[in-house]
Amino acid sequence: MTADSLEQYRPYLLRYALLQLRDQQLAGDVVQETLLAALDGAVFSGKSSRKTWLTGILKHKIIDVLRRQARERPLADGDDASEAEAVDALFADDGHWRQFPADWGDPEKSFEDKKFREVFEMCARVMPQRLARAFTMREVMELSTDEICKELMVTPTNLWVMLHRARLLLRECLEIKWFGNKGA
Amino acid sequence: MNWFELTCREASVLLSQAQERRLGWSERLGLRLHLLACDGCTHFREQLRFIRAAVRRIRDNELPE
Repeated sequence: MTADSLEQYRPYLLRYALLQLRDQQLAGDVVQETLLAALDGAVFSGKSSRKTWLTGILKHKIIDVLRRQARERPLADGDDASEAEAVDALFADDGHWRQFPADWGDPEKSFEDKKFREVFEMCARVMPQRLARAFTMREVMELSTDEICKELMVTPTNLWVMLHRARLLLRECLEIKWFGNKGA
Repeated sequence: MNWFELTCREASVLLSQAQERRLGWSERLGLRLHLLACDGCTHFREQLRFIRAAVRRIRDNELPE
């Protein structure tokens, strides 16, 4: 496998890594390591596509970074409380939505709009870091509950709470910043 | 949790978890009953699906640059 033939995958890998790590420098580093590992004789069996194979290598590199981050910056006690507060604000005491989720019409149409990606990424970025990490492990890397629990050292119940919070906050943001302006 | 009278908050928890695990029989029944009467949670369910699809599209670079 030549460096040139791998180079075409760099933009895709970079986007993937950036979605998970949210740091240009770190993302660039893991992609570089991935391409080097691929050149360096990691065996490509030809059973999966080259893109899938490279993504597999990249996932391992990203998980290494996430582990290191978890060691260097353990989650603060206040994180859980501030997330809970943000989510509590969405519901009344009797468990009803304060503001019922609106009809987004045909949301797939948003895919045709350039600005949608910016808004979506912005909404994902403003999410508390702990939630964003769990959410992207699940949705970008498509890891299983078990894998994520192992990496984040949380129970499945904890993880479900985090994913629920992440989705609620992302939904809220999209509704306000995107679908609210559509007049749908 | 009272399966015959889920609150929206409880329903939203189950709808989210349904993306990670297969819900139990009573959970599914409770949700179905709730969704019959609740447009907000029905929208929420659609929105969760949409969000999942949107992340994958963005990741795979299938959106216009």
